Amino acid sequence: MRTDQTRMRVLLAALAALALTLALAACGSSDDSTTSGSTEGDSAGTIQSNPDNGKVSLTIGSKNFPEQEILGEIYAQALTAAGYKVKSALNLGSETVALKAVKSGQISGYPEYASTALTSFFGLEPEEVPADANEAWEKANEEFEKEGLEAFEPTPFASANAVGTTKETADKYELETVSDLEGVSEELSLYGSPECRQRIDCLAGLEKLYGLKFKSFTPVDIGLRYTVLEKGQADLSILFTTDPQLSAESDKFVILEDDKEVFPAGNIIFVTEKSVAEEAGPDYQETILQVQEGLDLKVMQELDARVELEKETPKQAAKAYLESAGYIG
Amino acid sequence: MRADLVSASFSGAVEFIFAPQESNVTGGKEVGGFDKTLELLVGHIEVTVLALALALLIALPLGLYLGHKGRGELLAVGIGNAGRAIPELAVIALVATLVGIGMRNVAPALALLGIAPILVNAYVGVRQVDPAAVDAARGMGMSELSIIRKVEFPLAVPTVMGGIRGAAIVIVATATIAPLAGVETLGDFILNRNVYGENGLLAGAILVALLALTIEGLLALLQRRLTSDGLKVKTA
Amino acid sequence: MASPAPLAAAGQVGGDFFKERSSDTLPCQANESHLFCFDWARENIDRYGTPTQQHLEIVVLSVAIGFAVAFALALLAHRTRRLQPPLLAATGVLYTIPSIAFFFLLLPVTGFGRDTAIIVLSAYTLQIIYRNTMLGLGNVPDSVRDAARGMGLTNRQILWKVELPLATPEIIAGLRVATASTIAIATLVVLISAGGLGTEMYGSNFNFPTAILIAVAIIALMVLAFDLLLLTAQRLLTPWRKARSG
Repeated sequence: MRTDQTRMRVLLAALAALALTLALAACGSSDDSTTSGSTEGDSAGTIQSNPDNGKVSLTIGSKNFPEQEILGEIYAQALTAAGYKVKSALNLGSETVALKAVKSGQISGYPEYASTALTSFFGLEPEEVPADANEAWEKANEEFEKEGLEAFEPTPFASANAVGTTKETADKYELETVSDLEGVSEELSLYGSPECRQRIDCLAGLEKLYGLKFKSFTPVDIGLRYTVLEKGQADLSILFTTDPQLSAESDKFVILEDDKEVFPAGNIIFVTEKSVAEEAGPDYQETILQVQEGLDLKVMQELDARVELEKETPKQAAKAYLESAGYIG
Repeated sequence: MRADLVSASFSGAVEFIFAPQESNVTGGKEVGGFDKTLELLVGHIEVTVLALALALLIALPLGLYLGHKGRGELLAVGIGNAGRAIPELAVIALVATLVGIGMRNVAPALALLGIAPILVNAYVGVRQVDPAAVDAARGMGMSELSIIRKVEFPLAVPTVMGGIRGAAIVIVATATIAPLAGVETLGDFILNRNVYGENGLLAGAILVALLALTIEGLLALLQRRLTSDGLKVKTA
Repeated sequence: MASPAPLAAAGQVGGDFFKERSSDTLPCQANESHLFCFDWARENIDRYGTPTQQHLEIVVLSVAIGFAVAFALALLAHRTRRLQPPLLAATGVLYTIPSIAFFFLLLPVTGFGRDTAIIVLSAYTLQIIYRNTMLGLGNVPDSVRDAARGMGLTNRQILWKVELPLATPEIIAGLRVATASTIAIATLVVLISAGGLGTEMYGSNFNFPTAILIAVAIIALMVLAFDLLLLTAQRLLTPWRKARSG
């Protein structure tokens, strides 16, 4: 009698636990659907779905940090609205991995920073990167064309690496510009992404062009760039100028001015293969350009804030942007 | 066609281990090479040994004692089962975020993962010792400590060592993702494909596999040496 | 700072798009020292649906395949004693290689994605299932075998009607361990783009304890569920043990 009861209880418990797990799985992602097609009476900005595009399959990629994922999602959702069959392959890795993916056909295209393209792919020194966004784009495009690739026009906003620190440290050593680190940097620890050591717009540039030597350099995941400052483990950390923490927590973190212009700012240019663009038709480029018109610095920072601070998914943030700006109904 | 893809990759990986190569990223610095490989290998071994030592310090005496006393079976077995189901990635992420990065913080976290197999195997190993042997020893007037040391432990060695080997495996494996928390181990080659390229990626995988097999081999050898001859016939 | 003059933006988002943020108005999830943010958890629990589903699929497939292979190997070794040591060693080697290394060793051959994940995870389960099956079969008393033979059963019948049923508890014990560790290790397949619950512990969730803890809780639930399920299966498959339990 007792063993029967226990067995019943065991069975019920197992079924309950399994049911709970399955229920969770069955939940599925509720924010999966993207609206396609236009609704009536909308501003001219709404993306129109073109049935011809349905024959084309695209894969949109991105690099592996939140801002990139948001951009990837924006483009992916916009192109879906335009009628394309879109898959996303976000989180590819750094720029070399992403470029390889485009060239090998693994992805159709991805958003790149013009400055990164020029310094990382085409070997320009930071000071050779044009300050004007359109000039930088044209220069990058020239080089891309030699490899059968193409870059679309730039976004309004630009982002750059920056040396950041806590307000206390900045006050303590009286740091306002990166050059102020001269003579002080030997006592300070720097934390950055693993590839920072090799990049000319990161540690390599700080050592070569600013002539700075740091007490230590510790590679950490990009996601921890503020954690290490807050925990007091890092004196200095490599941040991005579009980081939401810089405005939301401006009393805690500051970035040092890049007076020697070693960290060129880059606008986003969408990189794709010429053949892909031709096959996909005019809507490919048009949709991308159309949907990025609203991406000024303030908007990008807001989107970054939603993902990095409020922990929304890039998909949710992208959708909110596209809807608020009227691109998708 | 697959075959020569594979062999090309592997030969590239072996090259990477021994000679510095051009980095994937501009800046002009080279990556890989023997020095870097050695540096990361040492880092990997360092954190593994530290964590294993810590885990042994905590779990071995506790497990042996509980097994000897016959108490805390639920606890020991429960921890053993629960320990198996802890995702390494979660441990590394939580440590990095809540506690801090670096060897000082990561080694204890890795030790935590190793405690479960050592504890449960020490417990079980002692529990399954023939009570007749223990009674005989008690009858001979041995102290409790002597009983543990001279009777129970030797008889429990195979099981206990099994637990230690299990702990080593999980610690070496988790140490591979320790670079996410600022500890430079061979996992760096694997996780930072951006910097080290495809060759580095494969090199890292090969090195980690070899390291794990080597450590396991050494512990197996140790187990053989520690197992009294009388037991060796059974465990062959 | 040398930022280029911003291009004229269309500035089309609505005015209510922007939120004022300051250090004291940041939500719970913006602070990474906060262990658990209940509001965020409540509002975002459904994003765990797809990862859980992916995770379940990968685990079930891997354990099923691993079991099939290990079981077959064990039956083979049961018949041919000579194969026992090499098979034990081979499955042991597969178990010793850290999963991450294993994933990337297969990269040139099978690339990123679920296939590689399943191959590696199945390989992982081989040792414990093989060993336990051998143990279970080995534990069958010779007297029982002799009795069965005396009753005129063929070797094959003895295996399927006597030995395996008696070995069931050991086999299922091995399955339970294999399933639990597979569920845990499967969190790493995010690194080879195979999805799973690891996706909620990585990337922008890496410094977000709430998301990680929810994923860990789901993992624990999964382990519990499968464990109880397998235990129940065992009790159903070995009704003769009823007299002894309880």
